[in-house]
Amino acid sequence: MKEKTQVDDIDRSLYDFRYDEDESEFFDSGISDDIIRAISDEKNDTDWMREFRLRSLAIYERTKMTDWGPSIEGLDLDNIVTYIRQSSRMNTDWESVPEDIKDTFERLGIPQAERESLAGVGAQYDSELVYHNVRKEVAESGVVYTDLESAMHDPAYADMIREHFMKLVPPTDHKFAALHGAVWSGGSFVYVPRGVKLDIPLQSYFRLNAKGAGQFEHTLIILEDNSSLHFIEGCSAPKYYEAGLHAGCVELFVGKNAKLRYSTIENWSKNMYNLNTKRALVEEGGKVEWVSGSFGSHVSYLYPTSILNGRGATAEFTGITFAGAGQNLDTGAKIIHNAPDTSSYINTKSISKSGGISTFRSAVTVAKKAEGSRSSVSCESLMLDDISRSDTIPVMDIRTDKADIGHEAKIGRISDEAVFYLTSRGLDEESARAMIVRGFADNVSKELPLEYAMEMNNLIGLEMKGSIG
Amino acid sequence: MAALLEIKDLSAAAEDKQILSGVSMSIGEGETHVLMGHNGAGKSTLGLCIMGSPEYTVTGGRIFFDGEDITELSPDKRAKAGIFLSFQTPVEIAGITLSEFLRNALEQVTGRRMKLWDFKKKLKAAMELLDMDTAYADRDLNVGFSGGEKKKAEILQLLILSPRLAILDETDSGLDIDAVRTVSKGIEEYKKATNGTLLIITHNAKILEALEVDRTHILSAGTNADEGGGELALKVLEQGFENYKGKVEA
Repeated sequence: MKEKTQVDDIDRSLYDFRYDEDESEFFDSGISDDIIRAISDEKNDTDWMREFRLRSLAIYERTKMTDWGPSIEGLDLDNIVTYIRQSSRMNTDWESVPEDIKDTFERLGIPQAERESLAGVGAQYDSELVYHNVRKEVAESGVVYTDLESAMHDPAYADMIREHFMKLVPPTDHKFAALHGAVWSGGSFVYVPRGVKLDIPLQSYFRLNAKGAGQFEHTLIILEDNSSLHFIEGCSAPKYYEAGLHAGCVELFVGKNAKLRYSTIENWSKNMYNLNTKRALVEEGGKVEWVSGSFGSHVSYLYPTSILNGRGATAEFTGITFAGAGQNLDTGAKIIHNAPDTSSYINTKSISKSGGISTFRSAVTVAKKAEGSRSSVSCESLMLDDISRSDTIPVMDIRTDKADIGHEAKIGRISDEAVFYLTSRGLDEESARAMIVRGFADNVSKELPLEYAMEMNNLIGLEMKGSIG
Repeated sequence: MAALLEIKDLSAAAEDKQILSGVSMSIGEGETHVLMGHNGAGKSTLGLCIMGSPEYTVTGGRIFFDGEDITELSPDKRAKAGIFLSFQTPVEIAGITLSEFLRNALEQVTGRRMKLWDFKKKLKAAMELLDMDTAYADRDLNVGFSGGEKKKAEILQLLILSPRLAILDETDSGLDIDAVRTVSKGIEEYKKATNGTLLIITHNAKILEALEVDRTHILSAGTNADEGGGELALKVLEQGFENYKGKVEA
């Protein structure tokens, strides 16, 4: 008889530890005019930002709930705490970060990663950035990496932020973009001056610790012409019974001939609603490369968008989504070819197991003036059992004859033949399956920085444990 | 001396189709046996059943390896016990390099992880013996390999894993003369280096030339039709299986 293993929830102990919070620092739950004003006071917003928040609130109130994707009925917005005051100010000295928060990030390996391989690190705990640091030589090159609030009050960047903030993702975009505009807090501001090329990455890590809270960080990255940057974003949260919400926003401005790589490994706890909006605007000859790994959350809506706005601009999207029991992950990528000779390459893998649902959506639009553009979309899905689901929904809107467009989708299962082949060489069935899944995910992990690739391999290993029934 | 592999009255079915009906066979350690029969006689099925393929259900009889009843063991446990099957059509696995896979497999069958440097040296030597471009070590397992390279990669695995019993299922089919010679060289090396035991399924005299065949088993319609020494293999290769067809059906 073949041995069977019990299907257990994976061991998330690395992520699931948590600290009790002082609830007096919680703002009231729900979303109202008073709460928005209180957040705005707390942050000492400029006048325009205060108005922006209130205007976003009005848009939020009149915008209908999203109804085309996975159900978000379990999300009770009246019970979400949108802001938690941090007991300490933002630090640039790791030693000054409060002990419990420091311990959290140390367990997640954040300062260690900074010492070893990063140009700068930001760490957000609940609503606020608690730590930010950039290597001296990086700062001297004129690169700015700080929290958005500080930058907003800095005369050198105030106008720049006003000019770019929520211009790519306006509050009118959808209900959660409006919510974000009203309650956003924390996140990063990165500015890379013309011609500056950073060869080691910057990283920010978002950690939502408080229960029933929302995280609404805003990431704004501006790359001037001929510059380059690799930005890494990591996210996690411990598990609570109350559903949490992440409605962050990422806006990337890539100048002429500039190159930005944006890597994410998201491992929210499996009761989070991850309704995140990410968008990049790429000018002539510029390039944006997205590398995206989605493992956590209960429900995700995530479709990073690249607007190719200048001749010869390029977007590459490499993503992997792994949906296990109780997860409905709706991910994908959008590309808008808005200039001639632009190129886009979308390459995604999705894995579903134990009843998980993984839906891949791609939307490629080629404008009439985008002659000579090319786009290639490839999506592969792997279903590990009969109760899981994988769907592929490609949309193409091509308005010129002079474009080269390709699409390929494959849905498959792990073949018994492949498992037998590997087990006949000595690997047990679980290892054989994990090896096949790792192999399937290989082209994504190859794109990740080493420690993230290892984390992803570990996550796959954890997810595959006990997956044989 | 007790046999290394002892098959007793083995019957097996795939779905509802009975393929093997009471096959018996005994192979001593260090011996070389040849398994022959016309297409559909059950040769490959027997090899797959010895390895423990889930595609087949054993409906009767037992398989013993080194005195242990392995009939119910999973394939990985059989591999750890020292059984190896060279596949007729090796499976392609994307995203895992040949070298990475083989180092993992070696760790599984030996129970220890070889130092990367030592492993690379061992792998390189084996690849050179098989006339394989060493670039294949870093290519995904069997993906895009030609038929010949796939067969060589199987023999490469045989050399690295050095099992006690190797079942070679038409490792020579579809190969040109040079490749058959190279593959034979690999098999000889396995034999020499580890005093390995072989069960060779073949239609080709070439691959047997350099080997001293101890026994020949003829299978027909899923059961033993004849057995003899090495000379029987050569006789059958000349005359075909005509003599056996009637014998079993009658």
